[in-house]
Amino acid sequence: MNNTTAAPARGIWKVIAASSVGTLIEWYDFYIFGSLATVIANQFFPKTNPTAALLSTLATFAAGFIVRPFGALVFGRLGDLIGRKYTFLLTLVLMGGSTFAIGLVPGYERIGFAAPLLVLLLRLLQGLALGGEYGGAATYVAEHAPANKRGYYTSWIQTTATLGLFLSLGVILLTRHSLDPDMETSIRKFNDWGWRIPFWVSILLVGVSVYIRLKMNESPLFAKLKSEGKTSANPLKESFGHKANLKMVLLALFGATMGQGVVWYTGQFYAQSFIENVCKIDFEQSRTILIWAILFATPLFIVFGGWSDKVGRKWIMIAGMALAITTYQYIFRQFLHFSDPATKVELTEKRKLTDTKISMLEKFPADTIRTTTSELHYEDGAVFKEIRTDTVRVSADAPTKISTNVRYVDKKLGNADYWKTVFWLFILVTYVTMVYGPIAAFLVELFPTRIRYTSMSLPYHIGNGVFGGLTPFIATLLTTIYVNNKLSGLWYPIIVAGICCIIGAVYVSNRIDPDVND
Amino acid sequence: MNTIKRLLGWIWLLLGPVTIFYLVRTAGHEIAAKPVIDTKVQWGVFIIVFVPIAIGLMIFGYYGIKGEYDQLPEDSSQL
Repeated sequence: MNNTTAAPARGIWKVIAASSVGTLIEWYDFYIFGSLATVIANQFFPKTNPTAALLSTLATFAAGFIVRPFGALVFGRLGDLIGRKYTFLLTLVLMGGSTFAIGLVPGYERIGFAAPLLVLLLRLLQGLALGGEYGGAATYVAEHAPANKRGYYTSWIQTTATLGLFLSLGVILLTRHSLDPDMETSIRKFNDWGWRIPFWVSILLVGVSVYIRLKMNESPLFAKLKSEGKTSANPLKESFGHKANLKMVLLALFGATMGQGVVWYTGQFYAQSFIENVCKIDFEQSRTILIWAILFATPLFIVFGGWSDKVGRKWIMIAGMALAITTYQYIFRQFLHFSDPATKVELTEKRKLTDTKISMLEKFPADTIRTTTSELHYEDGAVFKEIRTDTVRVSADAPTKISTNVRYVDKKLGNADYWKTVFWLFILVTYVTMVYGPIAAFLVELFPTRIRYTSMSLPYHIGNGVFGGLTPFIATLLTTIYVNNKLSGLWYPIIVAGICCIIGAVYVSNRIDPDVND
Repeated sequence: MNTIKRLLGWIWLLLGPVTIFYLVRTAGHEIAAKPVIDTKVQWGVFIIVFVPIAIGLMIFGYYGIKGEYDQLPEDSSQL
């Protein structure tokens, strides 16, 4: 784009603010569902098997991601036909309405299978809306930005995905703490009905954002094309039916967005799931660790986006992927190490027995199961909950312990290990900023204005929605297949990012397009 | 570099069917080992989603072999 069509300096910040606030809210809407996966599983899915319930929720989560490419097609086409402004207004309303409605759906115990079905449908609507949002916002900002600062300005849009997660975690923690003066009662109320509040909050945020966006003008490049009657009559056919453009769509997917998606979701989602479900670090700590890491790393989106205006987009993204591939195993091993009781020295005088339960086995009346829960304190300040399960056979002579199972849950790390975990998670999120900061500018520069919304949205949402969005699900699945290796889940992002890294390094150009006004 | 692009094209072209074969085989094993609705849905979704992507990778490889990526377009008139 030449500088004559770029918005004046003050105008561009209004454009960024209007686009970013809406996109941030969409991400907030999308993430509260994922962040509350366990609570939602209890509310909407049969409780016969907790793992099945959690998997069902994750599957719903994945469904939200899988439909994103379809949203990209539907709304991308609209955006190239009627304009960017009204299309991403529509996606915002659709997203806000679905999120609010999820907060209203009665639980499984009240309306049976209609509950999970309604949630699934609303989740699909969320996915569709999100599929249409990002391409619009990125295109809108890029088409207002001067050529020499396209990476810098569009990187503000890139921060919204991370800040949306940050906001969702903040609202969840705040709600969880504020429903009752007594902490345990507050958490119980939150799990019972308070989880709905973060969903309801969305409607207020969306109202504000719609108001801001209504005041914005159409993208100058699109408005110019429209006034000249040069908009595409069939953006889908032009984007994917013509070899010359299809090859660029495939290059964008396999050489950039596929790897970017898995690096992003590994750094921000699988890492949190790993810390909470594999390392068994307690609910609050696992979230505050992520909040700190995100807070420290978020400015780097802008740094890498701005830097890409000087050195090109390609090598920053490739470096992020390469670093991720080579260090994932080490970093996740550190998470296991910090939460391993075998590496700590217990202060045995502080050990506190908190609960004891004895139950009989119906099939083996001679056996009883004794479950004792204790609070263990360690020298480094860590506090772990130990659950010891002894199976005891009561015979005529004396009771004999025939098996013992010990597991540690609700681990609260000591100060040093807590901050070391924050540091390593910060490194993971830094990789995210490297691959994600420059990508909007990269995608915008690949495609012409008349089909830009459609062409860039699809590879972005296949890369992020399918490859990225399924990362926590596939990684968790791999750990259930290869049960002896807790790090086996990492092979999925490592392989996908590895292929993308090679394709990106060999095929993608590092050229910064001086003119996107075509 | 163009020679490398074309040679690697063969790898992407072959990686597509290999991925599809491995995906379908693993899905078959997993469903046979645990024939419940959750397993069927999960692996069904994976196949529906990843098979078209693998076909896309094959097309990408084919374009690579044909030299479509030897010279990338520098403006929209070349698209």
